[in-house]
Amino acid sequence: MAHVWRMIVQRLGLGLLTLFVVSVIIFGATELLPGDFAQAVLGQAATPEAVAAIRRELDLDQPVLVRYTNWLFGVLQGDFGTSLAQRGRPVSDMILSRLGNTFFLAIYAAAMAVPLALTLGILVALWRNSLFDRVANSTALSAISFPEFFVAYILIFVLAQGGYFPSMARMPASADLGEKLYRAFLPALTLTLVVTAHMMRMTRAAIINLLSSPYIEMARLKGMRPSRVIVHHALPNAIAPIANVVALNLAYLITGVVVVEVVFVYPGLGQLMVDSVSRRDIPVVQAIALIFAAAYVLLNLAADVISTLSNPRLMHRK
Amino acid sequence: MKNASRSRGITRRGLLKSAGSVTAAGLILPASYRKAMAEPRRGGTFRIGFGHGATSDTLNPALWDQAFVQVMGNSLHNYLTVIGPDGELEPELAESWEASSDAATWTFKLREGVTYHDGRDVVAEDVVASLNHHRGEDSGSAAAPIVEAITDIATDGDHVVIITLEAGDADFPFILSDYHLPILPAEDGRINFQNGIGCGPYMLESFEPGVECLMTRNPDYWKSDHAWFDRVELYAILDSAARQNALITGEVDVIDRPDLNTIHMLERAGANIISVSGTQHYTFAMDSRADPFTDNNVRLALKYGVNRQQLVDTVLSGFGVVGNDHPIGRSNRFHADDLEQREFDPDRARYHLEQAGLDSLTVDLSAADAAFSGAVDAAVLFSESAAEAGITINPVREPSDGYWSNVWMVKPFSAVYWGGRPTEDWMFSTAFAAGAAWNDGFWENDRFEELLRAARSELDEDLRREMYFEMQQIVRDEGSIVIPMFSDYVMATADNVMTPDQIGANTTLDGVRATERWWFA
Repeated sequence: MAHVWRMIVQRLGLGLLTLFVVSVIIFGATELLPGDFAQAVLGQAATPEAVAAIRRELDLDQPVLVRYTNWLFGVLQGDFGTSLAQRGRPVSDMILSRLGNTFFLAIYAAAMAVPLALTLGILVALWRNSLFDRVANSTALSAISFPEFFVAYILIFVLAQGGYFPSMARMPASADLGEKLYRAFLPALTLTLVVTAHMMRMTRAAIINLLSSPYIEMARLKGMRPSRVIVHHALPNAIAPIANVVALNLAYLITGVVVVEVVFVYPGLGQLMVDSVSRRDIPVVQAIALIFAAAYVLLNLAADVISTLSNPRLMHRK
Repeated sequence: MKNASRSRGITRRGLLKSAGSVTAAGLILPASYRKAMAEPRRGGTFRIGFGHGATSDTLNPALWDQAFVQVMGNSLHNYLTVIGPDGELEPELAESWEASSDAATWTFKLREGVTYHDGRDVVAEDVVASLNHHRGEDSGSAAAPIVEAITDIATDGDHVVIITLEAGDADFPFILSDYHLPILPAEDGRINFQNGIGCGPYMLESFEPGVECLMTRNPDYWKSDHAWFDRVELYAILDSAARQNALITGEVDVIDRPDLNTIHMLERAGANIISVSGTQHYTFAMDSRADPFTDNNVRLALKYGVNRQQLVDTVLSGFGVVGNDHPIGRSNRFHADDLEQREFDPDRARYHLEQAGLDSLTVDLSAADAAFSGAVDAAVLFSESAAEAGITINPVREPSDGYWSNVWMVKPFSAVYWGGRPTEDWMFSTAFAAGAAWNDGFWENDRFEELLRAARSELDEDLRREMYFEMQQIVRDEGSIVIPMFSDYVMATADNVMTPDQIGANTTLDGVRATERWWFA
């Protein structure tokens, strides 16, 4: 068990390094974009005097290196700075409610998608090449092949204009969990349709791969039922690839859903990120980029830990 | 001014034609719309879905730009003056005003007994601080250029403000209705905008930039016959399909900027379309300092080379009128109605090219949808029509991101959006006066400057009209901007949203005063 802990600590250290590199890249990339916050926020109304005044006020006239170092020192002390756009409002305060919304939607979608994908994956592996396999596969593949916004519009057309669910997934502060689940149902369903196919097909492939191994053949020859062969003998050995694909999709649900947020007017992090990039609000962009990067790092780490734990050869090394 | 509404059974074009023929005074509405004239009544939660709104929106009036924050500002705050639905200036916090004979010193008498949401009185010191917020080196305010002319603001007691200008300006009270200039409570000579406290019809409950702004009615609002809703909720819904869906599924009561290509589907779903023709116009600015635009003949050739009606029909889907190469809208007081309309005329364009000593002309036209929605299409159409006159226009698609900093007033020929201004002087001073910050044609004309100065301080209305007519003609014939179209303000409302019979044309959503002027059936 000790080597698992060592791996976790090691990977977390590497993760921190990754976050540092990400922050440098993001800072550099936003620097390369034409224009800065003062020009972006004033837009057509920008005059040289007003731009200069805003730059002075927000220290945007300092050299890049100075600004980055200031930001980094702040972060090391747990201070993500204040938003340029919402002067005086801490970035953490701006991001917190959005982060909550993003996690809510990601968990909601995952709670529907992961069990659905795994169940379907196991069933199609069990009944491979049957009619059920083909229908499930082609349905899932068409859902993933359509662009997200198209799936979303179809759902709005059928379920929102039909009067069953709201087309706008705004989250009133007063809403209780039941209402939140109701209001966010359509975006969660859209995301479910988008991510299910990937996980389902990976589960199917991983299991089918194992079905040709000698120990499965042995189990069959002993006269075991096919369902028992798959669930008790094949599935435990397929956990590693499945955990990886699930982690990848969960990370996507957190970081990649801006289109769904826009279509359903859902106030999540993606929209905030896009807005902040277009306004060059660097402290907000940096903070969100770090959150997204951290999500990838942590989910990948979790997937690797699960793979290790599920593999006796790695757990009981000589 | 035209003010038209669409409803089933009446085509918009026919309606506009008949509205035009009955002339300016006529308000033509289909019978189904007459219920709008019913007595207003109180109550309800009024929800607006905007095609604007960003996480960088703030409560700081110096940085307000688009409709979301403008409506928020006009709901939370009052202004010294306000532009009425008919385009005339009305008193708001300023009860009355008078000018010195040279129109350079203005004395405003404030309304007494008006209070902020926290109970404090609105006094002259607040006005001073609210205007000073936009003045001076460090203001960083988008409104700095429009208050530049103010040299001094003084008070005389709690309810008199005296403003001195560097030169006479007969339209100065109009400036004070600008959406950047609300009156906020002052503390030690500075306004505090962070808590959203104002003296307007609604009080701030919560504001999440780029998402929503929730407000409740101000029970002590001094206008008893305005502000009918109990609650107002503003939502940023940037995706136009999402916005239309929100209206159809009853999530909001009004949307601005509906997608003009699919507007018939909205109507079929039972929405009312309101379309108001105002001062908003789309232009192509030529840098008159850069070859070949230094030659007025080249500029004229381009002005004759654009098919205006085609642009209105396709880019605006008919929701607009053709422009006459000057920035004064038909709803403005001194619009030159009898100035001949410039038409698409390839032969005239060719003639002007010859006058410029050219056989052919090749120019790049920069456009992006940041300039106005459909700008790239408009540039392509311009290029097609100009080709008939032997002019080659290469439409260049620029990135929308950073368009106003890196393309507009940088590239010599670019597509531009103008919201327009309620007065002639304001519009001309902003975008045509020599050396003005937003003179995007980099254009100078001595006669025009002379008239601009003279008309600004002239208090005789007939003389001013004459001068503004001549200025429109000068800009049309010598100016450096192609102004092919004026775009309507288009909104869609749910069935039960009632509006007064006249809707403000100075900007969208009834002069961004819909929360104060509209009500539920």
